[in-house]
Amino acid sequence: MSSSLRALVRHPQFATGAREMSGVSLGIAAWGLVTGVAMVKAGLSIPLSLLMTFAVFAGSAQLAAIPLMGAGSPAWVIWATALCVNLRFVIFSAHWRPFFMRFPRGQRMLLGYLTADLNYVLFMKKFKEPRDDEGQIEYFLGSSFMSWVAWQVPSVLGIVLADVVPTHWGLGFAGVLALLGLGYSLLSDKATSFAAVVAGAAAVAAFALPYRLNIVVAIAAAVCVGLMIDGGGDAGRRVLASLMRSKPRDGVTG
Amino acid sequence: MSNLEALIVIIGLTAITVVTRCFFLISERELRVPGWVQRGLRYAPLAALAAVVVPELLMSQGQLISTWQDARLYAVPAATAYFFWRRGILGTIVVGMAVLVPLKLLLGW
Repeated sequence: MSSSLRALVRHPQFATGAREMSGVSLGIAAWGLVTGVAMVKAGLSIPLSLLMTFAVFAGSAQLAAIPLMGAGSPAWVIWATALCVNLRFVIFSAHWRPFFMRFPRGQRMLLGYLTADLNYVLFMKKFKEPRDDEGQIEYFLGSSFMSWVAWQVPSVLGIVLADVVPTHWGLGFAGVLALLGLGYSLLSDKATSFAAVVAGAAAVAAFALPYRLNIVVAIAAAVCVGLMIDGGGDAGRRVLASLMRSKPRDGVTG
Repeated sequence: MSNLEALIVIIGLTAITVVTRCFFLISERELRVPGWVQRGLRYAPLAALAAVVVPELLMSQGQLISTWQDARLYAVPAATAYFFWRRGILGTIVVGMAVLVPLKLLLGW
């Protein structure tokens, strides 16, 4: 085990994954710090806050659940909210499946547990199809390791130092900026850019839905628009033509 | 919320993380993913990011920003300009925060 672990850490793709994740780690760290502070400020004890950060390991679900816990909402409301916030991971897991299926179920589940947003986005940007000769899993574990550390260390600091960390100057916005930069780096062609605009608009328009279901609505809307453009039907062709008119580019790739 | 209740909630949240992230990884059985689903999934990562980020950029308390005295209105264009100039995410964060923090601290935006 220890020798295979050493081989993993020495694999060049492990370092590549860690390095590419480090670009957004400042944002992850700021977000982790804010989440740590928020748990304690909501009235959770320090041991329970530590348990939550190490076990739940899902920033957006935690940030959605924490105010509800602080307000004493019923458990099922908190779970329903977290479930809806996490529904995007169900979509992601269908995407991960071909990459992970060669591993036994236990290892697969461990890999799945680590599939947070940023690991998903960076990985799918880099690898288009499953192959076992380019160190995909090593890359994934390198980026997961980096994001785990960049999240957990500041989160623990936030829990321990909750009373002295200032939050009124907008620290949490660094996490939003990290996601924004990552989103920009994914704008590969007109079709994906258009789908992203649709998703953003749908998320704002559907914001009033309970349990943050607006995220699910937005993903569904963007995927539909994307399929419409790719499908080559009449409406899709018209959208594509009007997108291309401003600046001709190569076909839809991604 | 008592410690016991909080513990139960946290255990449930952990189960939700595991089940949602592993949903399509659990079964060994052949999963036939139709071609249109595979094509549609190409749009999912960016859509999820946009869905999480855009409300954070444009809304507060469930409403679109209705004042020009909001630090985000200046931080986001600055961060965006940096990104398309240099293509670096770290710099995007730094530039955005360099605009946001003074506006918040000095002017209370």
